[in-house]
Amino acid sequence: MTGYFNEMYDGASVRPPYARLGDWVNAMPAELRQMKQAEAEALFRRIGITFAVYGEGGDPDRLIPFDMFPRVFTGAEWARLDRGVKQRARALNAFLVDVYGRGEIVRAGRIPARLVYQNDAYEKAVAGIVPPKGVYSHIVGIDLVRTGPDEFFVLEDNCRTPSGVSYMLENREIMMRMFPALFRENRIAPVENYPEILRRTLASVAPKKCNGEPTVVILTPGHFNSAYYEHSFLADLMGVELVEGQDLFVEGEFVWMRTTEGPRRVDVIYRRIDDAFIDPLCFRPDSMLGVPGLMDVYRSGGVSICSAPGAGVADDKAVYTYVPEMIRFYLGEEPILNNVPTWQCSKADDLKYVLEHLAELVVKEVHGSGGYGMLVGPKSTAAQVAAFRERLIADPGNYIAQPTLALSTTPTFVEEGIAPRHVDLRPYCLVGERVELVPGGLTRVALTEGSLVVNSSQGGGVKDTWVLAE
Amino acid sequence: MLLSVDHVTRYFYDQPVRAVVQSHRLTPSVFEGQKVLDWQVTVTDGLPGGAFRDGAGDRVQGWSVQGPLTEIEVRVTGRVETFDLAGVLRGHRESVSPLCYLDDTMPTRADTALVELARNAMGEEATLAAAHRLSDAVADAIRWTPGVTEACTTAAEALALGEGVCQDHAHALIAVARASGLPARYVSGYLMSGSEGATGDAAHAWAEIWIEGLGWVGFDPTNRCCPDDRYIRLGSGMDAQEAAPIRGVARGAGQESLDVSVAVQLAEQ
Repeated sequence: MTGYFNEMYDGASVRPPYARLGDWVNAMPAELRQMKQAEAEALFRRIGITFAVYGEGGDPDRLIPFDMFPRVFTGAEWARLDRGVKQRARALNAFLVDVYGRGEIVRAGRIPARLVYQNDAYEKAVAGIVPPKGVYSHIVGIDLVRTGPDEFFVLEDNCRTPSGVSYMLENREIMMRMFPALFRENRIAPVENYPEILRRTLASVAPKKCNGEPTVVILTPGHFNSAYYEHSFLADLMGVELVEGQDLFVEGEFVWMRTTEGPRRVDVIYRRIDDAFIDPLCFRPDSMLGVPGLMDVYRSGGVSICSAPGAGVADDKAVYTYVPEMIRFYLGEEPILNNVPTWQCSKADDLKYVLEHLAELVVKEVHGSGGYGMLVGPKSTAAQVAAFRERLIADPGNYIAQPTLALSTTPTFVEEGIAPRHVDLRPYCLVGERVELVPGGLTRVALTEGSLVVNSSQGGGVKDTWVLAE
Repeated sequence: MLLSVDHVTRYFYDQPVRAVVQSHRLTPSVFEGQKVLDWQVTVTDGLPGGAFRDGAGDRVQGWSVQGPLTEIEVRVTGRVETFDLAGVLRGHRESVSPLCYLDDTMPTRADTALVELARNAMGEEATLAAAHRLSDAVADAIRWTPGVTEACTTAAEALALGEGVCQDHAHALIAVARASGLPARYVSGYLMSGSEGATGDAAHAWAEIWIEGLGWVGFDPTNRCCPDDRYIRLGSGMDAQEAAPIRGVARGAGQESLDVSVAVQLAEQ
């Protein structure tokens, strides 16, 4: 594993944030570790948290492996990530307000018009709409990778309904339950207040017509959805109702929720349903999951929808290339977190380069997710590369390519003991009246030796993520 | 011209439904080609929702009706003064980029026959003359015949059949325009159909094509013309479904049936 940044070991010495964890792991006999691992698994099973992260599909009842070895950031490291993530979340929202308004960034020639207006995720139904507080994306999940002590890259942005935050909370809860001493010995910044900040964020974007304390609900597609656990978990922790489309209805200028005490007006809907399904009168007419008439109420200012319909145009992989440009254009700042250099296969020169270097690159579908439909050149056979080349040539506009990044590793419990495994990180930035970020996120780990793919559908696991208080 | 409209849509349910929710695009567009003198939309026992003008410039109004009910009536009456702008949508305020109207939708997807039709008619440049040729080509290829196509018929199916109504003409024109790289959209409205040489029902549909320098220009293949002062424009969309003057759903098990009558006439001064 040389050539990869190891977040714990610098040669033979232990990097400061991991100092106490070194003692912890050395003092833990193998039997105890196995016992604890079994205990953790039993806890996860009992909680029922078995869904696939990020809507990756797969077996919904499969437990995602939990690795007990925490991933640790110093306060100083986090401070930079915090500024960088918030900066990005601000710029993405400014972009959304702009492209559904006057489109200044397009007029200024800083991003191609077709990439915005011919994007599948662009919803012309909300053109001209400025949501409360000018926020389209209220929960921004930024996927980060690290390649060195100070080198972080943004892999992708998630502006619609990023999932996985329940793992951040549960991983912490379970670690605290199993290893209380660790939390006494290390000063670890709390993440438990995430649901409260989320609730406050959602309440802060209540529509103008709302008077008094806003009623917030979570709208779920239902229990068959792979992330249903997370929907009910967040509703519980926020103290808000979890509803399905059939629990809501439109009457007059508002959306109402059926309750045992009669209809109750709903002001803010945190929806975990895709745009296409939220209102059969505006989008897909065959959708049974949404609320007929919802978009008319939204567009006339009677209810807030989080994330706002149309937010997806900011997070596709082709638009991603232009996020540093958005930061300069809207904020007048230089990006704190870098993008991964990206080749747009829709451009002839880029395509030529990509085809010549296919075996070294990672190639992804513009709208793909979950690690499906991608090629990791260095980890693929010649036959796989050849097959992918055909698909790429057939539809170049559907693909982007990036260099294979040397993802950092952190120590991970494996069969033989402890070994370095590659990780990424998704923090969840909350945007309402204020922009807030809890110190932590979801660390995903590629459990297979040498693997750079951390997706749970491809054998990835999760870890607790610590930020040490200074 | 001064046109009067009386448009009645009655919905019947064979079993009582709990409620009906509708979204209307039933108000004449605001542009230099038409001036509303009076206009009224009523819905039996209906509660109006919030109204707004969307990014495409259409006035949208939500309605809800609480049941149980077995019948509702949506009635549109009014008078509009119209002017012949040779199809040009002059003075219409909208914020949606024309590029949004290049993507196809299911009913407007161009198959090889539509692409072929577009290629033969289009010529070298995307000019106004080319758009006229596209409209004529659609009119030649699809003969106006009521009753042979359905609401869900696609442009490709109508072309294969060689027959259809205004909806099929509009879908086919949109398909060939977009296939030629011209933004195009579906327009719903009214036509004074009793007039000499006017084909089709008073509830009418046509297409608009974006011409650089001119903006949106209407084309009606059904009548082989551009909309003039016999036309009243209501709203637009990617296809018939999106531009529908009334979209609605009922909550409940009742089967819906529909009765529509539209009269568009020269109004008494």
